[in-house]
Amino acid sequence: MMSRQKNQNYKGHGLPKGKEREQRASIRFKTTLMNTLMDVLHHRPGWVEVKDEGEWDFYWCDVSWLRENFDHTYMDEHVRISHFRNHYELTRKNYMVKNLKRFRKQLEREAGKLEAAKCDFFPKTFEMPCEYHLFVEEFRKNPGITWIMKPVARSQGKGIFLFRRLKDIMDWKKDTRSSDDQKDDIPVESYVAQRYIENPYLIGGRKFDLRVYVLVMSYMPLRAWLYRDGFARFSNTRFTLNSIDDQYVHLTNVAVQKTSPDYHPKKGCKWMLQRFRQYLASKHGPEAVETLFSDMDNIFIRSLQSVQKVIISDKHCFELYGYDILIDQDLKPWLLEVNASPSLTASSQEDYELKTSLLEDTLHVVDMEARLTGREKRVGGFDLMWNDGPVSREDGAHDLSGMGNFVTNTHLGCVNDRKKQLRQLFRSLQGQKKTPN
Amino acid sequence: MTLTVLRSTGQGSWERRILKSLNSMCTELSIPLARKRPVGEQKELLNKWNEMGTDEPVLDLSLFRPVYAPKDFLEVLINLRNPNYENGDSHSFRTHLGLIQVPLKVKDIPELKEFFVELGLTAGQLGVDDSTQVPPELFENEHVRIGQKVLSEQDSAAAQQYIRQGSPTALRAELWALILNISSQPEDILYYEQLKTNVIQHDLLVDSLIYKDVKLTASNDDYYFVFEDYLYQVLLCFSRDTSVLGHFAYSSASPPKSYIRGKLGLEEYAVFYPPNGVIPFHGFSMYVAPLCFLYHEPSKLYQIFREMYVRFFFRLHSISSHPSGIVSLCLLFETLLQTYLPQLFYHLREIGAQPLRISFKWMVRAFSGYLATDQLLLLWDRILGYNSLEILAVLAAAVFAFRAVNLMEVTSLAAAEAVLADLSTLKVMPLLQIFLFATVT
Repeated sequence: MMSRQKNQNYKGHGLPKGKEREQRASIRFKTTLMNTLMDVLHHRPGWVEVKDEGEWDFYWCDVSWLRENFDHTYMDEHVRISHFRNHYELTRKNYMVKNLKRFRKQLEREAGKLEAAKCDFFPKTFEMPCEYHLFVEEFRKNPGITWIMKPVARSQGKGIFLFRRLKDIMDWKKDTRSSDDQKDDIPVESYVAQRYIENPYLIGGRKFDLRVYVLVMSYMPLRAWLYRDGFARFSNTRFTLNSIDDQYVHLTNVAVQKTSPDYHPKKGCKWMLQRFRQYLASKHGPEAVETLFSDMDNIFIRSLQSVQKVIISDKHCFELYGYDILIDQDLKPWLLEVNASPSLTASSQEDYELKTSLLEDTLHVVDMEARLTGREKRVGGFDLMWNDGPVSREDGAHDLSGMGNFVTNTHLGCVNDRKKQLRQLFRSLQGQKKTPN
Repeated sequence: MTLTVLRSTGQGSWERRILKSLNSMCTELSIPLARKRPVGEQKELLNKWNEMGTDEPVLDLSLFRPVYAPKDFLEVLINLRNPNYENGDSHSFRTHLGLIQVPLKVKDIPELKEFFVELGLTAGQLGVDDSTQVPPELFENEHVRIGQKVLSEQDSAAAQQYIRQGSPTALRAELWALILNISSQPEDILYYEQLKTNVIQHDLLVDSLIYKDVKLTASNDDYYFVFEDYLYQVLLCFSRDTSVLGHFAYSSASPPKSYIRGKLGLEEYAVFYPPNGVIPFHGFSMYVAPLCFLYHEPSKLYQIFREMYVRFFFRLHSISSHPSGIVSLCLLFETLLQTYLPQLFYHLREIGAQPLRISFKWMVRAFSGYLATDQLLLLWDRILGYNSLEILAVLAAAVFAFRAVNLMEVTSLAAAEAVLADLSTLKVMPLLQIFLFATVT
């Protein structure tokens, strides 16, 4: 049994005590996903796949399985599963918006308008059809702007359209209701109407969004890690507001781009975040970039805080989120959505390396092998971003943004020398094991 | 070895070959070298000016071959001989076992150490001393401060000296403009607009070559694909820019000429073709692509590229005896390798993998598309700082030195190519420093 050192100054990142920390001879894993995850799981020393009804220690499940089985599945203390039961509070667009609005109100009550304003990173959004009248009010206040209608539960860009006239929604409303007599019918799926960001930051005349990975190990207390790598996904066509019917222009999801007539698979249409960060620095200088990335940290933390009390923080659960962020021309980041099941399929060699590294490091943090002490601030490409409070950067870098955001221990888009760091980490862990205090 | 000799033996016949290739393509495809666009087509092109990359080109691009690729050019260089060469000359050259057989004078490592003294181990460098482990107070902060001062004083000579130790990311665009003496005056913007008008009004055969090159190279690059549209805007205008003809005065090359139909040989009916005298080859667009990282305003991007071309890049695909010319660079590379890494050199030669066959393409493209962009920009900083392309040859040799252990184990050209296929992880400055200053010679 591995004893855990007590350290008054550092809370540790919540590794469980006692029996679960025994090292297991082998770890039985289950997953239905293929591609990179399968490769990573199969290559992990001591991990064996179980199929069908076998007992498992680790399950990377999909959300439909979770919905049907989680509530009546017994899990031993050491067992881990890759989703939180009600993750949709964060990942379904209508719930996320509701939670964020509520959190913002609460912040305003408790800490004032300025603090609440830090939550203004999601474009004005209304649930349809229940907030239709509120939406119309906002719509009338801002004539001529563009809105985007998104289904709450679908992904990969399906079902999304842009509009500028109420007439377009009238038509849509008519389509979703069979007749006026059936007012009580609930539409097959709900939508949100969101203010469309008309001035996105463009590179090479193209629109893009950022995919960032956040790993949450628990909600109560909140413990979240931020991955250094990610990418910018470019739209294949040049941005213009003239053709709002052309979904290829506006939607940057790779899944949609793949069906665009211009799509050439060799291109990949992605930039690694390091390249994006350098590009911005050469154009706007390092301070502006620091501010932008610090504003993004703010998005991650506050979005998680907004659902902290709502999500059932089962200790068996962890979750790897894919955040979609849009940057506008004023270098302000906007949260588009949070994905509970970010795509793990690789679109290129570089993408393959990114995703396998991401998954390997996720498994390192989950630590089924019981190697970590719990006091680590960095594991491979993951930096501990929030540990029931802000986590400081070790080197005490100055707060360049000067905006009073937390100077978190985050290095998004920075050098990711994960292999070296992991070597050093595991070597020192080995050393500590041999000489227990 | 004089300019005139090379001009008549090498450059001249090479130029005739290129022209012949262009003309035969023209005849085969029955496409005129130049034609005026009908008004409707002009309007359309003007509308699509910012997104030419999305257009389906009017002609089927598969019909076009690049006029030449770097490897064709290498064959020409290999076959260069100096007819004035006397046996008594240059004793050491007789033992030269590389592909280049022209005895030009190149620097050796002691001379290179002197020339590149600011790259030495005792001086700070961006690309080395700004890595994450090094506290910025040691070098980076002060270096940035000096850079800002140089910029505020608009001192071009100081900038050139300063940039030998690398440029901070945020200052690079301005520093390069200062060193190249580019300031966007209204007349410069007007000039660019005139070139653009020229493109709109006339269609040139070389335009198809440019489209093809961009589609094949930059558009397929993981990072430069984003800038596809800028590349068309720059290169199409470039090919119409007759001011570029000026550089031929100090080049051993001469611009290709074309004659109005039926008036072959009559000088008064000769026009330069394309108007700027430069026929693009396979990979040409890669000279422009990295600049898109720094400059976003089309006329500024254009000016910077044009200046880089007439100062540096043209030397990489024309035959001359200039120390920064491609012939000298090849010879410098081979000599460095043979002198300081003889085992590696002989081994590669033995297995039929002459090192120059692999490194040639890197040097012709000034490493664009081979190195990671941030590393490439650090390298080009030094090209500007030292006003010389010799660093390309030194880097090529340093890359071989770095991978020497793996290269010693290969037994074929293909295997050697594989070892050197991916340079995207290399850090340029440490490699150069180790090769020049930290290797026992």
